[in-house]
Amino acid sequence: MSILVNKNTKVLCQGFTGKQGTFHSEQAAAYGTQMVGGVTPGKGGQMHLGLPVFNTMRDAVAATQANASVIYVPSPYAADSIMEAADAGIEVIVCITEGIPVLDMLNVKAAIRANGAKLIGPNCPGVITPDECKIGIMPGFIHKRGKVGIVSRSGTLTYEAVHQTTQLGLGQTTCVGIGGDPIKGLDFIDCLEMFQNDPETEAIIMVGEIGGTREEEAADYIKAHVTKPVAAYIAGQTAPKGKRMGHAGAIIAGGSGQASDKIAALEKAGAVVAASPAEIGAAIVEAMRK
Amino acid sequence: MNLHEYQAKELLREYGITTPRGVVVENTTHAEVATGLLGGDSWVVKAQIHAGGRGKAGGVRLVKGVDALRAAADELLGKALVTYQNAPDGQMVSRVLVEETLSIARELYLSLLVDRECERIVVVASGSGGMDIEEIAKTAPEKILREVCDPLLGLQDFQCRNIAFALGLEGKQIADMTRLLQGMYLLFKASDLSLAEINPLVVTAAGELVALDCKIGVDDNALYRQKTLAEKRDPSQDDAKEAAAHAAGLNYIALNGNIGCMVNGAGLAMATMDLIKLHGGMPANFLDVGGGATAETVARAFKIILSDSHVKTILVNIFGGIMRCDIIAEGIIKAVQEVDVKVPVVVRLEGTNVELGRKMLAESGLKIISADGLTDAAKRAVEAAK
Repeated sequence: MSILVNKNTKVLCQGFTGKQGTFHSEQAAAYGTQMVGGVTPGKGGQMHLGLPVFNTMRDAVAATQANASVIYVPSPYAADSIMEAADAGIEVIVCITEGIPVLDMLNVKAAIRANGAKLIGPNCPGVITPDECKIGIMPGFIHKRGKVGIVSRSGTLTYEAVHQTTQLGLGQTTCVGIGGDPIKGLDFIDCLEMFQNDPETEAIIMVGEIGGTREEEAADYIKAHVTKPVAAYIAGQTAPKGKRMGHAGAIIAGGSGQASDKIAALEKAGAVVAASPAEIGAAIVEAMRK
Repeated sequence: MNLHEYQAKELLREYGITTPRGVVVENTTHAEVATGLLGGDSWVVKAQIHAGGRGKAGGVRLVKGVDALRAAADELLGKALVTYQNAPDGQMVSRVLVEETLSIARELYLSLLVDRECERIVVVASGSGGMDIEEIAKTAPEKILREVCDPLLGLQDFQCRNIAFALGLEGKQIADMTRLLQGMYLLFKASDLSLAEINPLVVTAAGELVALDCKIGVDDNALYRQKTLAEKRDPSQDDAKEAAAHAAGLNYIALNGNIGCMVNGAGLAMATMDLIKLHGGMPANFLDVGGGATAETVARAFKIILSDSHVKTILVNIFGGIMRCDIIAEGIIKAVQEVDVKVPVVVRLEGTNVELGRKMLAESGLKIISADGLTDAAKRAVEAAK
């Protein structure tokens, strides 16, 4: 097993014929992902990368029975694309696009909540179940099928965690990049719950960063509901207050969102917190030994 | 992106919210002209910078008579004002806002913001105006009023009345407050704001509600559709290196250490800063070069890092995913030659074709130290900066 995506997941690409959509759809198909087509309004009826192009998500889902989509649409149009995917009945929507206005995301979240679709992102690397399904921009080859579930707010730090667990021979069940925006789809708790319920996942790594209080909420959840070993790393211990550190959501505002509070909460919940990004692998080994 | 107080107040007035009458000026002569327009014999002179704490830092002067006004404008204009929020360098005062004085009965606090926990626009109010809301949150959280706006319905009149009555307003002020809050909500939505704060909102002796000070932040991601607001950006308020990086399309934040950092990805960039600190060094900056680190972006990043004279060494930390390490190594070598980097450069590469990339760096004949792993990279950088 795994969470969210597997070899049976049928994936559509929104923004299919664009540069990003084309490049990453090719990479995903080469990895073995079941890409079944894509959407570019106005290019319906054409073929692209040997797959059908549709004008609307509704047409695309009717023709392909896809249950997942990945969005490479530019930020001014990405919120609309998320809602189009949800309306078409897509279960797992992965939005890679960075820079969607916050007020658009408030509307998207309200729509998604009513619809029940699972949104990953925006501003994220995507989701991968090694050897089965890769949706997003992560390099496939660093992954190895195994027993650790990874959930992270940062793209490249996910790669660090993946690389280290691969080197240690532990491998991964599923890796979810939930993204660096303040208003986003799935959060730590959603992924922790799925990993806890996934029989193949034996241990969980969560990578957080400054900004917001979702890591603290996750710590409460871990304490109450997670029986599997958890290791964590929190980026931004040296970040100055009031400055946005690259990610729209990575900002210490009004004394809340500091790394030290998150680390303390996670340690209190029994997670092993790595002091350095180089020790994420060592931390999960320690957590599994406990 | 932040607006100046005078710009924020222009927006408030567009939405029917009363502010003190005022004139923004760039020199002392114009300040004197402004007093003629405003009338009266005492005024407030307010330094226009993008930082809080102006009052305590002497950036807000109550003056009586034209001579005192000239003196205040002379003292403020053309100099950097240092407050607790922008220390140690402060920010340049290019304009002052000259305003009429009001007789004040009460000071209230009011703001609208996007609450990331409940994922809604929230109205925050308090009877303790003029104070820092974070301070009130710490000392008397029960005095903070909150109303959560439904995304479909928007802010409702009854919510405005909840706030108005809880603040102890009465009579005509209840309807005035509802109008003011609805105006703020419309402004917030129409202008893609991330924060609109009126602190203090004063009740004058005559019972009017007036926005005495205002702070507005605009969502950077929405500037593409807020062209008029985007034009109000004042780059002189940003750190010079940060402004140059912004113009070059790079994500850079200046810090106080001496180890320059160039990293791909915001999370890894923060983690690299933490790692340097962990091994006894101090990062000079945050810099995310993004996913596609080409020779050009790397060269631009080197230039910006080196414009900070404190930098004694540069740590390049790249996890090459889709972008191959040999391409990245080529970019680094080219950039080091082109920019004529004189300080040692420690490079940690990981990912696709890493062996080839490291070999290229080792054989380049340049002052590039190829590190083996994250910890080794941090240790070598800290050592090189000593």
